Amino acid sequence: MRLKYVLNEVLVGLWRNVTMTVAMIITMSVSLTMLGASVLLYLQVDQMKSYYYGNIEVSIFLRSDVTEAQRQAIDQAISSNPLVAERTYETREEALKRFQELWKDSPEFVKSVGPNSLPESFRVKLKNPEEYKTFADQIQGLQGIQDVIDQRTLLEKVFNIFNAIQVGALVVAGVMALAALLLVGNTIQVAAYSKRREVAVMKLVGASNWFIQAPFVLEAVVAGLIGAILGFIALFVSKVVLFDNKLQALTNILTPIDNGNVWLMLPLLAGVGAVVSAVTAWVTLRFYLKV
Amino acid sequence: MIQLENVTKTYPKASRPSLDDVSVGIEKGEFVFFIGPSGSGKSTIIKLLLHEVSPTRGKVMVNAKDVTTLRSWKVPHFRRSIGCVFQDFRLLPNRTAYENVAFALEVIGKTKAVARRVVPEVLELVGLGGKEHRYPHELSGGEQQRVAVARAFVNRPLILLADEPTGNLDPDTSIEIMRLLDRINRTGTTVVMVTHDSNIVNQMRRRVIEIESGRIVRDQARGVYG
Repeated sequence: MRLKYVLNEVLVGLWRNVTMTVAMIITMSVSLTMLGASVLLYLQVDQMKSYYYGNIEVSIFLRSDVTEAQRQAIDQAISSNPLVAERTYETREEALKRFQELWKDSPEFVKSVGPNSLPESFRVKLKNPEEYKTFADQIQGLQGIQDVIDQRTLLEKVFNIFNAIQVGALVVAGVMALAALLLVGNTIQVAAYSKRREVAVMKLVGASNWFIQAPFVLEAVVAGLIGAILGFIALFVSKVVLFDNKLQALTNILTPIDNGNVWLMLPLLAGVGAVVSAVTAWVTLRFYLKV
Repeated sequence: MIQLENVTKTYPKASRPSLDDVSVGIEKGEFVFFIGPSGSGKSTIIKLLLHEVSPTRGKVMVNAKDVTTLRSWKVPHFRRSIGCVFQDFRLLPNRTAYENVAFALEVIGKTKAVARRVVPEVLELVGLGGKEHRYPHELSGGEQQRVAVARAFVNRPLILLADEPTGNLDPDTSIEIMRLLDRINRTGTTVVMVTHDSNIVNQMRRRVIEIESGRIVRDQARGVYG
């Protein structure tokens, strides 16, 4: 009977103030969508990092006037370096072939590049890509080297963009969360005011504090959960629309988003939504319903 | 049953204490009037006994428990041993007489079955048999106060506190409410009533404690308003 009473009070409470409830749910769901997007992006960047950094190469381009002795000295230095996992050598002809293959859709551009304009190079995979700096310092000084280029620095620019998007999503999530918290607090105050007579009688006859507070807290939790489910649906739909359809071209760069990760957002968002609402409601009641 | 020991209560920002070094003892089964002019501090006693406020100094014992040191989470349970009636009835307007009384039972965890057994009985006791399903606005002032008394008494408290229960009622209705409180007192319930209704005090001839400016100026076994 007590459970039935509490649940009934929750439903009545949500309905009594339905515009406020809707506002609360919308802000909550937008905030949680942003939070979910941010977490997904974080997981994604992490996954992409381990994928790309595993395949990363350091390119050592040789000067066009490099001598045979210099080339051998460089080869020797690379092969004996303990940081190196494997090395390949690319001649000018191979470089040109690869270039032509890569740009085969723009024959004009290919024609403008002569066989001697591309440098020969060593391609090196490091055992630990993080140690690029040490490796570069050791190799840079050798005669005949034009440039040492780490793909990592290029990738990092891409990842920086992802990080910025992720931080942006977190900031939006935070601002919306603040709005949601204020709305929860306000809704609870209105609910407590409209039930002030009941609350006064309950206190008078000695109803326990949890029994007085439970309907209010649950009201906020239910709204939080609905917000979380809507947020999850928004997240799932945008994943399908954006990545599986509209931005499919990007999937060459992006590693595919794991559906398991997306599903993981449901308990996460529901948990965050419920706990945050409950705590806010409870704190509001501490101020509003002194015993 | 109730023991105030050197109780002083000064509200924040008040220039003088509402109760000033008050000591008084009330035995089980007594019927006591606290009388005195407005602002004399008599209502503060009710608030102290309900643990709505804490004394600035001194000790408040109710039912052999020190209320002063009661932890806040134990207050609800403590209040279940005390019934309370007010001048303004404090009924829920959207509930019938029966529902108002049953509500008090249900929110402290009693089942509907218990309510169905106990509520008609207590409504009968206060003289509202047949009016269980009326809403407060369909009842007279005296009848509303009877509902409030039923609600206060339904849990068979050891103590019934009444804060000017006849303040809103005409003299005849007041007498009827007093008869009801007297009947409840005869079941062994200690009744503490705050009032400035001289007519009633003079008719009842019960213990009278007079308070003036926060101090007890008279404590008389079968007193009159004076």
